[in-house]
Amino acid sequence: METMVTHRVKLTPECLEVDGQRVAEAVAGESFLMQLYRKYGMGYPKFFKMDVLCRVGFIASELLLAAEGGERFVPRADRAVILFNRNTSLHADRSFQATIADAEDFYPSPSVFVYTLPNIVTGEIAIRNKYHGESEFILLPEKSETAMNQAVERALMDKETTSVLAGWVEALSEEEYEAEMELVSS
Amino acid sequence: MIIRKIGENILSPISFTTEENLAAVMAGRSALRRYDSLWGLPFPCFASLIPDDLLESAFESDVEKGRLLMDSYTKFEKVVLLSAVKALDSCKIDATSERVVFILSSTKGNVGLLADENPDVERVTPAHTARMVARYFGNPNMPITVSNACISGLCAQIEAFRCLRSGQYDTAVVIGADVLSPFIVAGFQSLKALSDEQCRPFSANRKGLNLGEAAATVVYTVDDAAEDGWRMLAGAVRNDANHISGPSRTGEGSYRALCSVLDDSGLTADDLACLNVHGTSTLYNDEMESIAINRAGLSGVPVNAMKGYFGHTLGAAGILETLLTMRALENGKVPATRGFDELGVSMPVQVSAEHLDTGKKAFVKLLSGFGGCNAAAAFVKV
Repeated sequence: METMVTHRVKLTPECLEVDGQRVAEAVAGESFLMQLYRKYGMGYPKFFKMDVLCRVGFIASELLLAAEGGERFVPRADRAVILFNRNTSLHADRSFQATIADAEDFYPSPSVFVYTLPNIVTGEIAIRNKYHGESEFILLPEKSETAMNQAVERALMDKETTSVLAGWVEALSEEEYEAEMELVSS
Repeated sequence: MIIRKIGENILSPISFTTEENLAAVMAGRSALRRYDSLWGLPFPCFASLIPDDLLESAFESDVEKGRLLMDSYTKFEKVVLLSAVKALDSCKIDATSERVVFILSSTKGNVGLLADENPDVERVTPAHTARMVARYFGNPNMPITVSNACISGLCAQIEAFRCLRSGQYDTAVVIGADVLSPFIVAGFQSLKALSDEQCRPFSANRKGLNLGEAAATVVYTVDDAAEDGWRMLAGAVRNDANHISGPSRTGEGSYRALCSVLDDSGLTADDLACLNVHGTSTLYNDEMESIAINRAGLSGVPVNAMKGYFGHTLGAAGILETLLTMRALENGKVPATRGFDELGVSMPVQVSAEHLDTGKKAFVKLLSGFGGCNAAAAFVKV
């Protein structure tokens, strides 16, 4: 299958690259994710409820879609969101585990539990952008461009799907994360 | 291109064989029971758990010790491996072939390990378990693990379908599994999603879902010479784009997924023996499904749900429920929705507390999950 990558974004705790160009670097102070959220005026209050995996995926997707340009937030079903990592929702899992570890101090929180699924980040991106197409989270034992490309090609076999927002999103903590996301068209 | 089912296994608290699980469904039996304080949790729940001793003895007798690469195995790892071993015994494929891919479906894998004092964090991800299983069988390919909330088991089958359709592989071994832990039970309780009684899908007095443990495996292969057997015809995944933990009021994603598989498969409402739905027995899920079913023009098709027998088996559900629907239809039956009494959703759906006779051999499987995701797939026996 012939596919074309139209835009790409790379986000780490140190810097942001869009289409291969370094466009922002972290400065001392609040977290780089918050710096980017403010710098690009994202104005999306749900961001503050998100866990770190969703925040990383959300910021990366916003910058990727800004690079694409064109009209946004129009309902569509022709774009899939397929994201990958190795460690699933480990950061949220540890946060939730901390709320149930002590029988004397047992306070399981639904707002933490809901983020203990890795595919929530695909849902956050679908909600933000009104994407009714396919959404899926795939776990790989290691980061593999080949495995990710094959999954994107499989997603494009759906006859309604003409493009895929795809990429690796791993977030072990507020200081340790990586997103490499791209838009792929058939 | 024909994608045919050639192997299977269901490993549930009732039995570790598909046949005995089917027999239990047809006899209306379940392993769901009330626990006043499961694992010391400060609330009662109604759940279905795989007995550790039965699992241990089956693992000892059926798994080849010489192939095991780790010193000890968690319950999750045991059910995944044992179900795969049993399914591959049923079809005798060469799992060492580079034309075979392993696909795992799980929502939470080994998350229970996080309760350990010094958890083996590397092992928490189901991707670790998937690689362990592929290595056990000597398979050379990187396994695919789908973790897409409650629709994972259908997504994994759809991935298999596409892996075969694209020519990338000839055979796919699709395993779905989850086991329960205080993490999962306390989480669902915090969402107020659990019932402390038998779950009652689509009923007026439904109070929530029951959780259950299971593993299930289905093996699909490309078989253009197939004359009979179950075929997967189509699959689709769609998002509500509405809310991360509540279903759409319009059943948007489920409606779109249903329309897509009907269109792709060429099946019509008249062809379908049943629509095997998610039917978790939460207020919102069952209501949403009734809306999606009606929007898709399927209000006249018998609807059934398996959660009343096995509970919500999470990553196993899509495979377990697909396999049991296949086997029941082979016997000319649409299984009863166990726990159902009086219809309690706003749109008409044909749910029955009794098994129905049918001569039809096609069905659609539907699931929905957190993250706004929905999946549907169509199957037919020829």
